Amino acid sequence: MSKKEYEIPSVPACPEELYTPEVQPGASESVRSYPAAAQHQEPLGFPGEIPDDWQDRALTRMEELLTRSRSLRVYLESCVRCGACTDKCHYYLGTGDPKNMPVARQDLMRDIYRRHFTPAGRNFPSLVRGRELTREVMDEWFTYFHQCSQCRRCSVYCPYGIDTAEISMAAREILDAAGFGQKYVNEILCKVHKIGNNLGLPGPALEDTLEGLEEDLKDDTGQDIKIPLDAQGADILLVTPSADFFAEPHVDGLMGYAKVFHQAGLSWTLSSYASEAGNFGMFIGNYEQMKKVAERIRKAAIDLGVKRIVVGECGHAWRVAYSFWNTLAGIGHGADEKDEYARALQAQLDPNYPVPQHICELTYDLMQQGVLKFDPTANDHIGLTFHDSCNVARASRMGDMPGGQMEIPRALLRASVRNFHDMADTTIGDATFCCGGGGGLLTDELLDIRIKGALPRVTALRDVMEDKGITHMAAICAICKAQFTKVLPYYDLPMDTVVSLHQMVGNALRLDKGEI
Amino acid sequence: MAYEVNGITVETDEEGYIEDLSKWSKEVAEIMAKEDDCELTEEHWEIINFLREYYEEFQIAPAVRVLTKQIGKRLGPEKGNSKYLYELFPYGPAKQACRYAGLPKPTGCV
Repeated sequence: MSKKEYEIPSVPACPEELYTPEVQPGASESVRSYPAAAQHQEPLGFPGEIPDDWQDRALTRMEELLTRSRSLRVYLESCVRCGACTDKCHYYLGTGDPKNMPVARQDLMRDIYRRHFTPAGRNFPSLVRGRELTREVMDEWFTYFHQCSQCRRCSVYCPYGIDTAEISMAAREILDAAGFGQKYVNEILCKVHKIGNNLGLPGPALEDTLEGLEEDLKDDTGQDIKIPLDAQGADILLVTPSADFFAEPHVDGLMGYAKVFHQAGLSWTLSSYASEAGNFGMFIGNYEQMKKVAERIRKAAIDLGVKRIVVGECGHAWRVAYSFWNTLAGIGHGADEKDEYARALQAQLDPNYPVPQHICELTYDLMQQGVLKFDPTANDHIGLTFHDSCNVARASRMGDMPGGQMEIPRALLRASVRNFHDMADTTIGDATFCCGGGGGLLTDELLDIRIKGALPRVTALRDVMEDKGITHMAAICAICKAQFTKVLPYYDLPMDTVVSLHQMVGNALRLDKGEI
Repeated sequence: MAYEVNGITVETDEEGYIEDLSKWSKEVAEIMAKEDDCELTEEHWEIINFLREYYEEFQIAPAVRVLTKQIGKRLGPEKGNSKYLYELFPYGPAKQACRYAGLPKPTGCV
């Protein structure tokens, strides 16, 4: 299997030396996702095979998207080719492939737009810069729109605010409609609908796993810290990525949440029906899939009778929850007046708390109220930095102040670890670099660009490791955690360099009732 | 991709995981390991067998922590950690060991 050797980029001495690489046309053209098979296409309503009329289907879908989303049309119309985005993409910095410059990625769709959707392109195709939608174009889309992690860093630097992520999501939606699905994401969406989570972890296995974790918590702390499942009438439903039940260091984060709930005396539960916060429907830009996945959470919340919904450490899930749950499922506000389930849920949830609430917001509020006490010396063996997840940093908010999504996680980490240092300013906050595995790219056949795409983050991390004695990097996203665990060893950094934020919180949290 | 083992054709997916789990045999595991320049020792088999038992009961591979704990119980506490598992299965205990054990690949953010 993975005998393949990967070319590891050399890491610059510091982030200031992350120069624009030499252009290498075609450098990553052979890095391709596996196509989805019929069994992963048809349950989602996509063609199982590439149909004869794939071009009509693609163009029809594109027209629908252009009609439904004015922003998409604006993004395709308004690029002035200023070049500000070119060196902002981690995949371009890592590969040098010019098609990984955000403008070039956008152009893959823009050229089709000009040819097929503008009067000049339709009538005088030779006079405009445009391209006929051919199989070759579809193949190119499939390759390069799956080398975009939809992290939106380029859009921060675009003077027009063109959002490549939105173009990439639309492209994948068109690809799916024409039968060119990607295996990784579509297989996972099928599992969510069938089993309730991305992993395909059935209820009994989840129950068994949680019992094991409760034993571990007892061994570690001497206390009976519970991780309740399907507890009818609990106050809080925690929805978290299923990787939190399965992988390392994700599990340590889950145990950290459990300690917080325990210490604050809150009544909470997980749901075996909605055992996934992640919503891969967003990665493929498919509204119906996003809605269907979001509605599982609404159903679980109604069935369990909870008063609050809290989301665990998952980057894109928080974007979906914070920005889209309201219109998708009426969680919070929004939803049609006639949508009785949305209305029922809105009446049921406690308006005194944010709906939904991020686990970091919950822990932070408890810390502010003095309900939780921290002993950061428990983490004195650790020097810590923090990796802002792209979807949290650039597509959501925490708390009630601008930048809260950057400040709240850091406030928790500073309370938990004495040696905390940020990485270079150009690589954090809303300028954060993607881990290299987001947006539906966390799959082994894309490991080549995952390794290369991690280069900017590795550069900034190494810098603080050498200068500030940093040993670990906390993350609040299941994809970031899995990606770094996998790729850091290629850069000679230990896989356990990456930790969960609530793992650090859990270590430092004082579980005794005594005064400090 | 496919393996021919004892007259049976065992098909695998693009990543080398067996398509029809009922076609698994010890010989298939040995052939897969050989391709990775890995010789299956008794220690490897302990893990492969546990994965298969767990899958039989729960229809999924065990979480890494469940696996390490169980190995610690069976083979001694000094072996109940992921370092030991990575020594045996350098490509990752979940992915490499699951593949030899004939289990589907764990998916998601793992």
